[in-house]
Amino acid sequence: MSGYSFSLAGADLVALGAGALWWPAQQLLCVSDLHLGKSERHLRRGGAALPPYETRDTLDRLGVLIGNLVPQTVICLGDSFDDDAAVQALAESERSALEALMAQRHWIWITGNHDPAPVGLGGEARNTLSLGPLIFRHIAEPGFSPQPHSAGEVTGHYHPKVRLRGASRPAFLLDHQRLILPAFGTYTGGLCTTHAALRGLMAKQALAILTGPRALPCPMPR
Amino acid sequence: MSRLPDVITTWFSSRGWTIHPHQQDMLARADDPATLLIAPTGGGKTMAGFLPTLAELAAGSHDGLHTLYVSPLKALAADIKRNLRTPVDEMGLPIRIDDRTGDTPSSRRRSQRADPPNILLTTPESLALLTSYEDAPRMFAGLKRVVIDEIHALAENKRGDQLMLALSRLQALCPDLRRVGLSATVDDPAAIAHYLARHPDPCDIVLADPGPAPDIRMLQTDAAPPWAGGGAAHAIPAVLEQIKAHQTTLIFHNTRAQAEIFFRNLWLANDDGLPIGIHHGSLDRTQRERVEAAMVRNELRAVVCTGSLDLGIDWGNVDLVIQIGAPKNVKRLVQRIGRANHRYNAPSKALLVPANRFEVVECQAALQAVEAGTLDGTPRTHGPRDVLCQHILIRACAGPFCAESLFAEITSVGAYSALSREEFDDCLAFCATGGYALRAYDQWQRLLQRPDGQWQLRDPRAARRIRMNIGTIQDADLLKVRLKRSRGGKPLGEIEESFAATLSAGDTFLIGGQIVRYEGLREMTVEVSRNASKTPKVAVFSGTKFATSTQLSDRILTILKQDSWPDLPPHTAQWLELQRSVSQMPRRGELLLESFPFKGREYLCVYGFAGRNAMQTLGLLLTKRMEELGLDPLGFVATDYATLIWGLEEITDAEPLFDAQALRDGLDGWLAGNAVMKRSFRAVATIAGLIERNTPGQRKSGRQATFSSDILYDTLRKYDPDHLLMQITRQEALSGLVDFGRIEEMLARTRGRTRLLRLDQISPLAAPLLLEVGKVPVKGAAQEKLLERETEEMMRRAGLTDLPG
Repeated sequence: MSGYSFSLAGADLVALGAGALWWPAQQLLCVSDLHLGKSERHLRRGGAALPPYETRDTLDRLGVLIGNLVPQTVICLGDSFDDDAAVQALAESERSALEALMAQRHWIWITGNHDPAPVGLGGEARNTLSLGPLIFRHIAEPGFSPQPHSAGEVTGHYHPKVRLRGASRPAFLLDHQRLILPAFGTYTGGLCTTHAALRGLMAKQALAILTGPRALPCPMPR
Repeated sequence: MSRLPDVITTWFSSRGWTIHPHQQDMLARADDPATLLIAPTGGGKTMAGFLPTLAELAAGSHDGLHTLYVSPLKALAADIKRNLRTPVDEMGLPIRIDDRTGDTPSSRRRSQRADPPNILLTTPESLALLTSYEDAPRMFAGLKRVVIDEIHALAENKRGDQLMLALSRLQALCPDLRRVGLSATVDDPAAIAHYLARHPDPCDIVLADPGPAPDIRMLQTDAAPPWAGGGAAHAIPAVLEQIKAHQTTLIFHNTRAQAEIFFRNLWLANDDGLPIGIHHGSLDRTQRERVEAAMVRNELRAVVCTGSLDLGIDWGNVDLVIQIGAPKNVKRLVQRIGRANHRYNAPSKALLVPANRFEVVECQAALQAVEAGTLDGTPRTHGPRDVLCQHILIRACAGPFCAESLFAEITSVGAYSALSREEFDDCLAFCATGGYALRAYDQWQRLLQRPDGQWQLRDPRAARRIRMNIGTIQDADLLKVRLKRSRGGKPLGEIEESFAATLSAGDTFLIGGQIVRYEGLREMTVEVSRNASKTPKVAVFSGTKFATSTQLSDRILTILKQDSWPDLPPHTAQWLELQRSVSQMPRRGELLLESFPFKGREYLCVYGFAGRNAMQTLGLLLTKRMEELGLDPLGFVATDYATLIWGLEEITDAEPLFDAQALRDGLDGWLAGNAVMKRSFRAVATIAGLIERNTPGQRKSGRQATFSSDILYDTLRKYDPDHLLMQITRQEALSGLVDFGRIEEMLARTRGRTRLLRLDQISPLAAPLLLEVGKVPVKGAAQEKLLERETEEMMRRAGLTDLPG
């Protein structure tokens, strides 16, 4: 698994090129913004019928990571489903694929702004989760400013991406107190790190870690 | 109907005018189901189209809409309204005339639907929108005639296909609707007639007197054109002399970027302060309108322009057309020349200005072709199915429909007359369910079949979304450019998003003839300040790039074959001689390749002469193959005559790269993942209604911009490669952007023979390619290596050797 290793609030973490976060000491895998069921929701709301393959594709890619890393815990950092109805609309084959991934491991659904709490699936639903020196939630708290040696914040929501040399890549954003994950879902757009929302959240010294065949760190373009 | 009402003949004679023979011909054919008029500009073409309408309406007994006039330009619709109003008022005819375009205020649009004028002037998109309303049958009741202006331009693209589909709908509503097409000189009038008429109705072609042959030559300049580049700066003094010697000059360019550079240089040398304007499609609309209005008032001595002025308002005072850069296509050149001297029976006057030495050869070839009177056409095959999908959705907006009758309507369109029922059903299935191999979410399908067999929208509210996305014009992702001010500065125009992404604060570029400084991006708007202190980066405008036609390419190869070039200016002849002594001259029967090192990279130049699109495809196929062979290609650039590839490794053996079968296989394998395909897909998916550019009530928060069409493309490629949109994309790309047919022609011409020359430096013919815009990066192993180097370098420069946290 190619990745970029760093430490946040004393926790040693790896940002994987595939767009997920790996915490070796906890055998914990974290992904954000899966947006399962996006095409179904789009059509239901009167839009065009997008190719209905994104759920399968997202779960396939997640399955590869889980197969390789065999995590004890998986955290889905919110916006896992495009909305509540999308959970119910999950096709049988996709539901069983998801259940197979969830089997025999601790699975945590952090609630997001799109999906208050997935109903009828296993796993544990929470607003936030504190684990060791880290706190996991969906949206970064602007005022969040930890005391020295206290929690580092791990969030998703913004779908950060970086444009460099004509390439546009989803990216992790990292500073001394927080980490923002890229979106893992197949049908997800991105927000450039030059956007005010991200510039405001991240410290001056922040890094962007580009996803791709290799995870590539660089100073966050502002 | 060959006799005009007295009131009209009286008006003509009171002006001292007589009716032209072709106008009389059009009157005589007024009852025919379809007629095509081909006439030079200034020949009273529009009046010829409208005379039968005026004659029929003169009695004042017609109620409601009588004639629909469709033109490709909004400005033309507004202009014709003015030009028609005057004679109608002077004749005292009881005729109501109005125009309707995207710019018409909604209050006027509403009243037009409630109480239509007798003559409505509109565009293909506005007409398509009108047919989408449930009250369309009432609005179009009584419609007798439709006049399509500049039909030669519409027949070349999807806007025209959409128009003819809309007409098939009108024809079903008004069975005795008669059609008239007005066209400039074209290579194949019969093809336009087939396109215009309801299939299989006949369509007579009326040819007006083409007028005297044009006076066209190459501009003589004191300074020689440069070895490379497209700016034609050397010609500035000579062009200024010509502007002074004429009343009004149109200065055409092939690209917007070239127009910008030339305008700036012209302005710097304009010591007499002659009033000169600039006009192209990326400029803000109010700026363009200001230039157009100044032209109408005869206040400008010259306008630097692009294809944006190929069509449109007749300016009687234009007495010279200058074409900067090689014309690429003889038909368009002849039509541009026609913009000069709109007085009937006076020869048009035109000058060609080659921008570099290779273009001297191209211009020479073009002059030969004009003299020989051979126009080159790009034959279009069947009507595109993405436009058909949009048409089905538009039809659904107007109310429930029966598939059989819709299919019958569609096959009455010339371009769709060969459409099979199966192809139609695929398009209908796409509109209804998405048409995916995986049948998911059937309960939400977009179109439902009712118990009576008719089709309708599942959710009537979808009509609004569909109407918001009507149209087939594809703009690249453009960002508005504004002067930075506290409260929304002046809009200057638009640049491509990909170009904006390459800018950093302090970079400068040209737009609307001024150098501006990039300050930053704010809410999808590029903010700039005025700054004239630096040499500009030049904005890369997408503006259509035309491929040099097969005919011109062939004439160029014939010129290159000559032993010497007494007809060419000495500077160009000497350059060709230099190429012959340093390297070789490309020949028709053999593919010449040059390999050389330059600034730390290895180059390969391929002289294929297959036109820009095919040479671009060749670049993609070759770099793909080189990637597989570990030759680390980094990028390439293509022109009409050659492809230049650069990378990290020297090419020593070219034979395996050019094996015809390997190229064809590469096309299939490569076709999948490449940027040209993705660009074609985006256009197809947008037109077919899969991607919505506009959605109701959804202001982009900027937080989660919609995901890119590339993701949809990659997903379909992986899970549903035979999907309808993938089929259409492939077909479009092969005939358009990919143009593989001309690669086949090139391989047939050279019979697979290649000649690879190793040079120790860049050759005279290859040099111009280095300055071409539109370099295509290869996103392979070499790019990943360089991206890695760049991020490392950024870390080092930022002093970030230690990790935060």
